[in-house]
Amino acid sequence: MSNNGHPLFEVENLKVAIDGNEILRGVDLTINEGEIHAIMGRNGSGKSTMANVVMGHPAYEVLEGSVKYKGKDVLELDTDERARLGMFLAFQYPMSIPGVTVAKFLHSALKARAEGGDVPVREFRVNLNKAMDLLGVDSSFASRYVNDGFSGGEKKRLEILQMFVLEPTLCILDETDSGLDIDALKTVAEGVNALRSEQRAMLLITHYQRVLNYVEPDVVHVMMDGKIVRTGGIELAEALEEKGYEWIEQELFHDTDDATSAEAAQA
Amino acid sequence: MAPETEVNRDEFGISGEYQYGFSDIEKPVFKAAKGINHEIVEQISEIKKEPDWMRVFRHDALDIFFSKPMPKWGDVDLLNSIDFDNIYYYLKPVEEQGETWDDVPEAIKNTFDRLGIPEAERKFLAGVSAQYDSEVVYHSMQEELEKQGVIFLSMDDGLREYEDLVKEYWATAIPPADNKFAALNSAVWSGGSFVYIPKGVEVDIPLQAYFRINAENMGQFERTLIIADEGSRVHYIEGCTAPTYAADSLHSAVVELFALPGSHLRYTTIQNWSKNVFNLVTKRAVAHENATVEWVDGNLGSKLTMKFPCVYLVGEKAHAEILSIAFAGDGQHQDAGAKIYHAAPDTTSRITSKSISKDGGRASYRGMVKVYPDAVGSKVHVECDALLMGENSRSDTYPTMEIAEEQVQVEHEARVSKVGDEQLFYLMSRGLTEEEALVMVVNGFVEPFVKELPMEYAVEFNRLIQLEMEGSVG
Repeated sequence: MSNNGHPLFEVENLKVAIDGNEILRGVDLTINEGEIHAIMGRNGSGKSTMANVVMGHPAYEVLEGSVKYKGKDVLELDTDERARLGMFLAFQYPMSIPGVTVAKFLHSALKARAEGGDVPVREFRVNLNKAMDLLGVDSSFASRYVNDGFSGGEKKRLEILQMFVLEPTLCILDETDSGLDIDALKTVAEGVNALRSEQRAMLLITHYQRVLNYVEPDVVHVMMDGKIVRTGGIELAEALEEKGYEWIEQELFHDTDDATSAEAAQA
Repeated sequence: MAPETEVNRDEFGISGEYQYGFSDIEKPVFKAAKGINHEIVEQISEIKKEPDWMRVFRHDALDIFFSKPMPKWGDVDLLNSIDFDNIYYYLKPVEEQGETWDDVPEAIKNTFDRLGIPEAERKFLAGVSAQYDSEVVYHSMQEELEKQGVIFLSMDDGLREYEDLVKEYWATAIPPADNKFAALNSAVWSGGSFVYIPKGVEVDIPLQAYFRINAENMGQFERTLIIADEGSRVHYIEGCTAPTYAADSLHSAVVELFALPGSHLRYTTIQNWSKNVFNLVTKRAVAHENATVEWVDGNLGSKLTMKFPCVYLVGEKAHAEILSIAFAGDGQHQDAGAKIYHAAPDTTSRITSKSISKDGGRASYRGMVKVYPDAVGSKVHVECDALLMGENSRSDTYPTMEIAEEQVQVEHEARVSKVGDEQLFYLMSRGLTEEEALVMVVNGFVEPFVKELPMEYAVEFNRLIQLEMEGSVG
């Protein structure tokens, strides 16, 4: 499935700061239609910043660079406009919305992106039930309040359920695998695999190699200190699992022979 | 729009959002002079051809009103800005109360049409009372209920037709001396509802009263008395709106509820006064053995609302439920709350108070829970939940608890939250605009209230919230 499509998502020299601290220090990344990429990295390497910036989180300041989706620069667009173009972020920490049911939330989100703003309730219900069946989610899910009192696993399932119903073209999953038991992880992975298609691209942001046993990525990147420092195939993830991140740090040290860069990487 | 109806909200440029701010040209059959004195009270009593005890009651109450100082608590500045001399205390809009909408003058009928009352009546109400300024201009009830002995009349007709029953309960829960505004209401009251549900009769669909102020500088002082006899069940709903004027209006009602043993009485309010109305209302219920009283109280409009629905639990195992929501926008102060007195064993109560303060609006929760000695086994649960939006919005809670009995269970929870950037980001990342996201968070916040409303009112209430939220972004 690799490299068979046009570029769907292009990040160029992206530099981003929060509260004056530069977190992303020149990220380059291109994902073609139909591809699944994984970005791996330790806590604080800038992975989640990347996900949030791409979706337009107001707390971050873009210093330099561009983010293109379907050839269009999206950095000037509001978060909701990006979403309506087909971009989606599965949150690491999904927010709860007390008093708003999952069904109402999803119906509103669908209406927001539908032409004419109308999505017949019956049609919506049929699709929602189908998606819940596929994900093995109990039907009572639809009438619960969004993420209110949800367990960690339920929250992640709801993120995947939203992906199913909203059918975005670019899916970014921010540590959707973290904190899940093996059953929940399998559900999430099955969801991702079921959504795999020739038009759709996905970016899995993860700490661990574990999820990649269930979802096979086309490309694996390693992020360190706000930059993508290695790109390869699944073997890169396997090497990380085996040797840890220190191995890359050491390589980087030798590559550049620059002590300051290695120190920064360890920070 | 009727030719005699003018939209004056743009004329004064006060509100672009409030959709009920229109008014009719006044055509009263009688309008008392401005200001308040014994002569006005005498006039009102005479026009109504009341029994002498009521005339005396009014005059005594007026003396109490004069002698009582303004409250020294609450929004004292706003309270002191009320100019009692600049208010009309009685305006009779029609000669006779109508029994069909055709009996009601065209302009007034059109107003209630625009408020959707006749339509609601056809669809889902058991009875309707429509008050316009000082008098009830339309009244009807399903024949079926009449056969069962249910009484639903304007308070004036109630006094005429059931004087003994009225006298037995009148002002026993809220005597004129209770507070300055109860005294004022007692002196100049007009309109409101009288409801009696006979023993064992269950009224499944709601009775509705609608209160409309039309005239400028108007004071509306309706008086409502509801008696649910043993084992009966009733749900009474009131709604209120007024035109948007530059000058202030005053609404000061007194509502007394009596839930006799084993009865179930729910009283729902959707208050949506225009933002020039002072809404100073006294509401109190007495719940006897095994009876349940529920106040479901929604406050959206008005300039200043002071309203603390109260339940006296006087019989064993009586239960009180007070669920309120207050929405305070720019220039509004919603001073709302609840009072519950546990005066018998095994009585239970639950207060849920939710408030939203937006764009500098101010919402207060003021509560009193008192448990008397020997009210053994009583349970109290109080929950206050405030949501703040925009700069300078304010929320205060003033809870008072006096517990004189040890064997009781008392819980109190209070929360203040802001609509967070993270919450909005989450919703917007699903394609909702910022405004839609805000409306969704707010709708979710009021959901525990809305789900207690009949479906039609729930839809209307959510729509009103949405209107309040319009233009709140950017």
